[in-house]
Amino acid sequence: MEQKKGEIIKVSGPLVVAKNMEGASIYEVVKISKMGLLGEIIEISDGVASIQVYEETSGIGPGEPVERTGSQLSVDLGPGLMSAIYDGIQRPLKSLFKESGNFITRGINVSALDEEKKWNFVPKVKEKDTVVAGDVIGEVEEMSIYHKIMVPFDIKEGEVVSVKKGEFSINDVVAKIKTKEGKERNLTMVQKWPIRQSRPVKKKMVPSKLLSTGQRVIDSFFPITKGGSGCVPGPFGSGKTVVLHQISKWSDADIIIFIGCGERGNEMTDVLKEFPELKDPRTGKPLLERTVLIANTSNMPVAAREASVYTGITIAEYFRDMGYDVALMADSTSRWAEALREISARLEEMPGEEGYPAYLGSRTASFYERAGYVECLGSKKREGSLTAIGSVSPPGGDLSEPVTQNTLRTVKVFWSLEDRLAYARHFPAINWLNSYSLYLENLKEFFKEKGGEDFAKNREEAMRILNEESRLEEIVRLVGFESLSSRDKLVMETARIIREDFLMQNAFDDVDTYNSFKKQSDMLSMIIEYYKKGLDLLSSGQSIDDVLSLPEKEKIAKAKFVPEKEYEK
Amino acid sequence: MLKYKKIKEIAGSLVVVEGVSNIKYEELVEVELENGEKRKGRVLEASQGKALVQMFEETRGMDPSSSKVSFLGKSMTFGASEDILGRIFDGSANPLDGHEYPIPEKNLDINGNPINPYCREFPDNFVQTGVSAIDGLNTLVRGQKLPIFSAAGLPHSLLATQIARQAKIEGNFSIVFGAMGITFEESRFFVEEFKKTGALSRSTLFLNIASDPVIERITLPRLALTAAEYLAFEKDYHVLVILTDMTNYCEALREVSASRKEVPGRRGYPGYLYTDLASIYERAGLIQGKKGSVTQIPILTMPEDDKTHPIPDLTGYITEGQIMLSRGLYQQGFYPPIDVLPSLSRLRDKGIGEGKTREDHPGLANQLFASYARGQEIRELTVILGESSLSDTDRAYLRFAEKFEERFLTQGVYENREIEDTLNIGWEILSLLPQSELKRVKEKDIKKYLSTDKESKTVKEE
Repeated sequence: MEQKKGEIIKVSGPLVVAKNMEGASIYEVVKISKMGLLGEIIEISDGVASIQVYEETSGIGPGEPVERTGSQLSVDLGPGLMSAIYDGIQRPLKSLFKESGNFITRGINVSALDEEKKWNFVPKVKEKDTVVAGDVIGEVEEMSIYHKIMVPFDIKEGEVVSVKKGEFSINDVVAKIKTKEGKERNLTMVQKWPIRQSRPVKKKMVPSKLLSTGQRVIDSFFPITKGGSGCVPGPFGSGKTVVLHQISKWSDADIIIFIGCGERGNEMTDVLKEFPELKDPRTGKPLLERTVLIANTSNMPVAAREASVYTGITIAEYFRDMGYDVALMADSTSRWAEALREISARLEEMPGEEGYPAYLGSRTASFYERAGYVECLGSKKREGSLTAIGSVSPPGGDLSEPVTQNTLRTVKVFWSLEDRLAYARHFPAINWLNSYSLYLENLKEFFKEKGGEDFAKNREEAMRILNEESRLEEIVRLVGFESLSSRDKLVMETARIIREDFLMQNAFDDVDTYNSFKKQSDMLSMIIEYYKKGLDLLSSGQSIDDVLSLPEKEKIAKAKFVPEKEYEK
Repeated sequence: MLKYKKIKEIAGSLVVVEGVSNIKYEELVEVELENGEKRKGRVLEASQGKALVQMFEETRGMDPSSSKVSFLGKSMTFGASEDILGRIFDGSANPLDGHEYPIPEKNLDINGNPINPYCREFPDNFVQTGVSAIDGLNTLVRGQKLPIFSAAGLPHSLLATQIARQAKIEGNFSIVFGAMGITFEESRFFVEEFKKTGALSRSTLFLNIASDPVIERITLPRLALTAAEYLAFEKDYHVLVILTDMTNYCEALREVSASRKEVPGRRGYPGYLYTDLASIYERAGLIQGKKGSVTQIPILTMPEDDKTHPIPDLTGYITEGQIMLSRGLYQQGFYPPIDVLPSLSRLRDKGIGEGKTREDHPGLANQLFASYARGQEIRELTVILGESSLSDTDRAYLRFAEKFEERFLTQGVYENREIEDTLNIGWEILSLLPQSELKRVKEKDIKKYLSTDKESKTVKEE
């Protein structure tokens, strides 16, 4: 059946308006002009559709055809995802390079997954087995993980008719299933999923496990859970990207999805160059083997930038459904919001705050809500998690702007980066006074188990000392350090130790870059012990100078450079 | 080619043409006036039977009833060849130096295409500018985009020409210079400087002076970068692109946006300012397997010296660091008045050290930075407490900060310092501090480079 083609009536930047589009559905993917540029319908009325186009539209004009595809913007999910680098709509940049060279040109159609490559499929079900949606029918080994092939979610229940074993490419049939309704379905290793729809789970659970990042200020002070959500706002030069890179490198997630959303091209190159060389501290395999990169840099088309975060999170959900712990980084969500704003302005919608569309808040919230600690679909019990962390780039570092405020309304962890700290070369420049984590309560048991009875108390004490320091600093500014009481001097000194020897962490030092939680909790208790010993000495009449010259201080200062292995002595 | 006589409306630089068919977005447009004069523009919005055209030139004198419009069926291109070196063009690529336009080898779309992030090579090669404050502390790296944040009345033009004159990259080296909305005097100054020092022969200049059409300020950086990309990736040149003044560019963008009645973002600038700026700045870099490179030094003047103004703010989010000029330093008579503390080169650590500059460079840079920061802090304290209340070490820091500004920072407009000289001056002034304070430099570097007592005395007595 020949489908009716639409006709372009207006082109304005990434927005194209077409008529004769009766019967098209919202969010349907269309192909524009003979070049076949990809676009998505975002508004439709009386057969006139507004389409956001994922590629440059120069040279396109009224009268050209618009072809409907009948499907929504989807991603291909299957073996071959690991260590791939995609653009915002899941076109592999490596294949784009083969097709068009060093610069990205238009209208190129390449498949997201390698269709030639053979994978060794190992079945996990037998004939006559009953399976339900989400059940694992087999797995293939891909890089550092076992890629599980699951029963697609549209098959509610069925019986395995046949299942194969051996080398297959992704489009080969590996199993046949007779559904409850009596239909026979051929299963391959790929499935498609529309990116704007979250993948279903059996149930969501309260996250209560730490996502260990190896960063002291994060794990010990403002921790995030597996399945939690967090944000990193900060002005330029405050080190947002470094924080996200550090978490991607050292966190104990099984899979990392890194979305470069409207950021620098060179940063993606940095990841591509560095990750194959770095080793995962737990498995010893190159970090790139557990990473999927989505790169839609700032000079790539705006509409694809809007889609990139959804592409990323859908891939993340897919791995979560296999029962893995997935961590997703979106750098930066402000650029995503700006893409929304740009499209919204071209649609001539009524603007909300600062020109952002009024639905910015609900879109942000529904994005972060896709994170969570879940029990996956399937008959066997499987737990997986998806942690979502986004950086925010507030204009002028002003946190009152809409993107930051809308994000804070949703996420549970707030790491506030400050340029003042960055100028003083205090990295990570996370402000300890106004950052927060709402997961402390959830992690209580976990901390007790891994950090010992005292950890929570030590943490609180350290926070109290830091708060007191900020109060004392004002006094010092007025009357000078010497006029403080001995006890206050000790507080100031301990706070300095906490800041310099604990909170500051050098991402570029081979040892300091990663600290296990155990080491962190020991370092913290060393510092608090020093403080308590100092208090005791003061009350027994010793002078503050004696306390300040205790030999423990040097040991504390050196602790962060002691390698994990030696430290376990 | 069809010619239409159906201009419906002219408002500012925008022209609405009706009754047209088969037009394309971004297509080039030519308007012929009654007297035969031709002016160019491009399609901003293509609707059925109607086109919104943005003129590159003035609309003055255009009569809606008698002007004829033709659509050229192509977008704006730049005719590139190696012969563009040594030439001066305006914002529509017309020669300004009285010679014929060089025969193009290739016609390139000025909007370019984004470099595939997969194909980029990470920039890690040092570019010597001969300016200590940049080379020593905020090192420029080949393929980097490092803007200069200046303000009205500061000598950024002088610094720009100094860098253009002195910059040294081995291999074929050329400069593409783009000036948007500058004054006639400034443009004369640039041309004279380039001619005088012989830099012109390896440079291409694009000039748009304040009285030229505003719209050309929007196309000019794209022309310049198209030229640069051609030279770099097809002819193996290392190209340094200097763009001044990006603030004028953004003003032009705002002007056009306002005349289109678009919903404004912050301070009246269009909501897509970030994306637009990125489409310029991101055209810097290296490509795997290509010998050439594009390095960018955009210059912008911060309105009211305000770093949080949208122009410097969005620029900072895209570029890889910034060089800040300080009014305070300039008023005290220091040249170049680079405030090193808020300046930053994100790629510095990848481009310096052993095999690139010298093995002591990273440590030395950190030490100078930290010591100067400490010196500044003590200066502030001294204002409140007086110098008499300072300890000896604090006083040493004060003297260090002074010498840092006098010896390290300050240099002549025609003084071209080799990187070794820059580093040696750094060590020379570090000798003013007690050795116990030098915690960021390696012990072996101290032994090798720190001036002996005798030499350091000469510094002190100077």
